[in-house]
Amino acid sequence: MIRVILPPNLRTLAQVDGEVGLELKGTLTQRSLLDAVEAKYPMLRGTLRDHVTQIRRPMVRFFACGEDLSHEPPDVPLPDAIATGAEPFMIIGAIAGG
Amino acid sequence: MNKVRVLVGTRKGAFILTSDGARKRWKVSGPHFAGWEIYHMKGSPVNPDRIYASQTSAWFGQIIQRSDDGGKTWSTPGSSPEELQSSDGMPKGESNKFIYDTSAETGKPITTHQWYDGTQHPWEFKRVWHLEPSLHDPDHVYAGVEDAAIFESKDGGKSWQELAGLRGSDTGPKWQPGAGGMCLHTILLDPKDPQRIYIAISAAGAFRTEDGGKTWKPINRGLHSQYIPDPNAEVGHCVHRIAMHPSRPSTLFMQKHWDVMRSDDAGGSWNEVSGNLPSDFGFPIDVHAHEPETIYVVPIKSDSEHYPPSGRLRVYRSRTGGNDWEPLTKGLPQRNCYVNVLRDAMSVDSLEPCGIYFGTTGGQVYASVNAGDQWKPIVRDLPAVLSVEAQTLP
Repeated sequence: MIRVILPPNLRTLAQVDGEVGLELKGTLTQRSLLDAVEAKYPMLRGTLRDHVTQIRRPMVRFFACGEDLSHEPPDVPLPDAIATGAEPFMIIGAIAGG
Repeated sequence: MNKVRVLVGTRKGAFILTSDGARKRWKVSGPHFAGWEIYHMKGSPVNPDRIYASQTSAWFGQIIQRSDDGGKTWSTPGSSPEELQSSDGMPKGESNKFIYDTSAETGKPITTHQWYDGTQHPWEFKRVWHLEPSLHDPDHVYAGVEDAAIFESKDGGKSWQELAGLRGSDTGPKWQPGAGGMCLHTILLDPKDPQRIYIAISAAGAFRTEDGGKTWKPINRGLHSQYIPDPNAEVGHCVHRIAMHPSRPSTLFMQKHWDVMRSDDAGGSWNEVSGNLPSDFGFPIDVHAHEPETIYVVPIKSDSEHYPPSGRLRVYRSRTGGNDWEPLTKGLPQRNCYVNVLRDAMSVDSLEPCGIYFGTTGGQVYASVNAGDQWKPIVRDLPAVLSVEAQTLP
């Protein structure tokens, strides 16, 4: 089970508590993971990536295994620890005041 | 007995205030959408329990929320299980998809506007500032957005299409953002002519359509703005708000960046009616529900000092459609008050006597149940108030 942690505002929007679990086949990439998140929670479309360009919104970050994966190309395979569920894929709202 | 529901959008969530027709005791519900900016909420005149909300975030973008039970429960339109999948099995979730129309068929493919440095800049969607439900159909709603454009939804907010004739008009490349962004913040629907709509943009000016949104023309003759190279230019004026009484849809009242203005020919020409105001800078302007010549503004000291003159929060009322103004102070702080009242943060109910409501950047919502003679905070210490809409319920 792939584990995804959403930021609090998006947990509220998606009406979920805690982690999101995904079952995915094939090579796990940032794109396939986000596609699966949006398929399960369509109200999140447009909140993580632009509707048309599919580019990550500037103040959204992707962390996993102690690394910032935000700038990784979307089709690069994610670490095995995420695919096995040993580590969560964390979607973060960038730190800012206000 | 009638009831009143006041929809309050703030920097950190939405609040819904309700009272019976006496308007003495208020129940506060919220925060809804805690932590999100709620730029605007407005109910359908046809079905007041159908409420649309613009929920936005610098982090996660635009969300459209809808309630069909007067704000008790909310959902993103089109998110019921049977609506989530398109015919090819892909997720839909398009209630927050605002895509500028660049097709040659529906409008000229205008893709740039004036930028701060004088260069042309691409249009970039940022947020919905204002939602205006149709006067006739609860599923039909207009959205005024930043960067300035008008969209409409005819399916209850599930999907949105731009009325591209506005942005595609000849003046589009001359529009430019004000300090708050290039926002379309006012949408007025003519109750006597469903084809006529007025809109206003900071900093482009006011526009009118006579064909339901296909074509638009600027209506800024008579506006005078010292802060643009040609003070009498066709576009470029920083209009802050326009108001209209439904019984007289050709008479418009405007609070401009500076100057309070009036038009009696559907925006064809404007005359200044600032008269004896202590400052003619401000943001909101509104009209009494039963007296078309009674109007309200909140003077603000200047465009660099966004607080009331002398630290005294005063609403000014004119019973003559402008020029002669009286300060309304009873119940409002008259010293050390340095809040602002934003353009969408004033509203009236249609009870007798007329109720007036406004919210401040200090988090207070003030109400007067006697047309402005006396005021009382009905809630205070909310996050900064962005918008206030009053609904009169049966």
